[in-house]
Amino acid sequence: MIITRQKEFNELLSLIKEGPVFIIGCSECATLCHTGGEEEVLSMMEDLKKKNIETTGWVILEPACHLLNDKRLLKQHKAEIDKAKKILVFACGNGAQTVSEIITDIDVIPGNDTLFLGEIKRASDFEKRCVMCGDCIQDLFEGVCPISRCPKSLLNGPCGGSIDGKCEVDKDIDCIWDIIYKRLKEKGQLDRLKKIREPKKWSKSTEMRRVL
Amino acid sequence: MGYRSNLERVLSEGKFAVTAEIGPPKGSDPNKIKDKAEIVKGYADAFNVTDNQTAVVRLSSMGGSVILINSGLEPVMQITCRDRNRIALQSDVLGAASIGIRNILFLTGDHQSFGNHPDAKGVYDLDSIQLTKIVKDMRDEGVFESGDKILSGNPDIFIGAAANPFADPFELRVDRLEKKIDSGADFIQTQSVFNLDKFNIWMDEVRSRDLDKKVHILAGITPLKSLRMAERMKFHVPGVDMPDEIYEKIKNSADPKQEGYNLAIELINDVKKIKGVHGIHITALFWEDILPDLVKETGLYPRP
Repeated sequence: MIITRQKEFNELLSLIKEGPVFIIGCSECATLCHTGGEEEVLSMMEDLKKKNIETTGWVILEPACHLLNDKRLLKQHKAEIDKAKKILVFACGNGAQTVSEIITDIDVIPGNDTLFLGEIKRASDFEKRCVMCGDCIQDLFEGVCPISRCPKSLLNGPCGGSIDGKCEVDKDIDCIWDIIYKRLKEKGQLDRLKKIREPKKWSKSTEMRRVL
Repeated sequence: MGYRSNLERVLSEGKFAVTAEIGPPKGSDPNKIKDKAEIVKGYADAFNVTDNQTAVVRLSSMGGSVILINSGLEPVMQITCRDRNRIALQSDVLGAASIGIRNILFLTGDHQSFGNHPDAKGVYDLDSIQLTKIVKDMRDEGVFESGDKILSGNPDIFIGAAANPFADPFELRVDRLEKKIDSGADFIQTQSVFNLDKFNIWMDEVRSRDLDKKVHILAGITPLKSLRMAERMKFHVPGVDMPDEIYEKIKNSADPKQEGYNLAIELINDVKKIKGVHGIHITALFWEDILPDLVKETGLYPRP
């Protein structure tokens, strides 16, 4: 899932500057992340009202990244949208861009920061799993991706900063290479770590080709 | 026989080598390096110039290396993978070789979040092992990482890499060294040795695999200048293993600087006796002027 985090309320206020606003949420990832579901959109309306920023209306897109669905749903709210000075979108970076492709005459403000493709461990507890590099190589690493999960993307890890299974960059995160090591040790295949892994082929990433 | 560098000569002749670190300044004033160079000249076989260590912006390792060459010192230029992709890294190796730099130490690099530009984007296109292998292929096979041929001059570099005998998982530490040797490292500088027992366990395994015959190992020595530095090394520098005993000695000493010096002398004398250790690498951070005394008092002066 695409993991998002709502921007700080004060940052949102400074981006909005003046209302009224029309608020857009998303039925998929942002709803599951509690950053852009119905509940969050309604509570945002209340919070803005306390700061004297009115809301002309709101809608939850299904989902925000779907251009045709968005066109259909936003058309139903045209009158409310036309009255707004700002469109506030609580979706991922993709959702906000799909909206600004449709609403071109009013400023569209991304209300969320898009963090990563990750796993929902528990409610509001997410872990990064993938950077969408375009060339999945996790089979070489016991089903654990060091490109996305090691802060230095080491393919020949662990580095010299792995201590007690924790990462040197942040003691709260597990060293992904320690996890790879433990999985291989359990299988009696530590020898596999002796193989020098070649540099990653970034030509396979979509960085250079924006359309599929 | 022709050697690429003085460091390679000393090590190849089986003499106990000494390298020392010179940290470049936070600024473009070359005198900061020249002054240090004057003090330490002749007291080590080659001098490491760090590459924005701890991710703090400083004068570049290539610039610093050139200043050392002009001052009559031999540099070990350090290159990290943190700030450059494979294009820039290979280009810098060619550039360094072209201006007479003969020793390069390849590292992955300290993470940018530790430094003075935490908003920087880390590159990490390669890791140190991949980079070591690429440079070996550039030197010995005349090919770039892409397979494209080098047309005019393979970089004749004495290739260095780092090893940390103290990090976890400890079981993998010698495997990591072996991997660096397989990728092409000619010499190894280790993380600062404070925990001599653990270092000995690591060296036992190194010798049992005959790795000390395949690569030159230089043990890292970091003299502790103050209690503050000991605290920083013990609690905040990733990958450093300082036993409580050493920390307590500094903490309880009336003169921590003298105690730190004495401990460094003891450590040097101890690692000199370890079979398979071919030299020391002294990192006297902001205390470079201690080098002459350290080297003289441990019988490592004059240099061969």
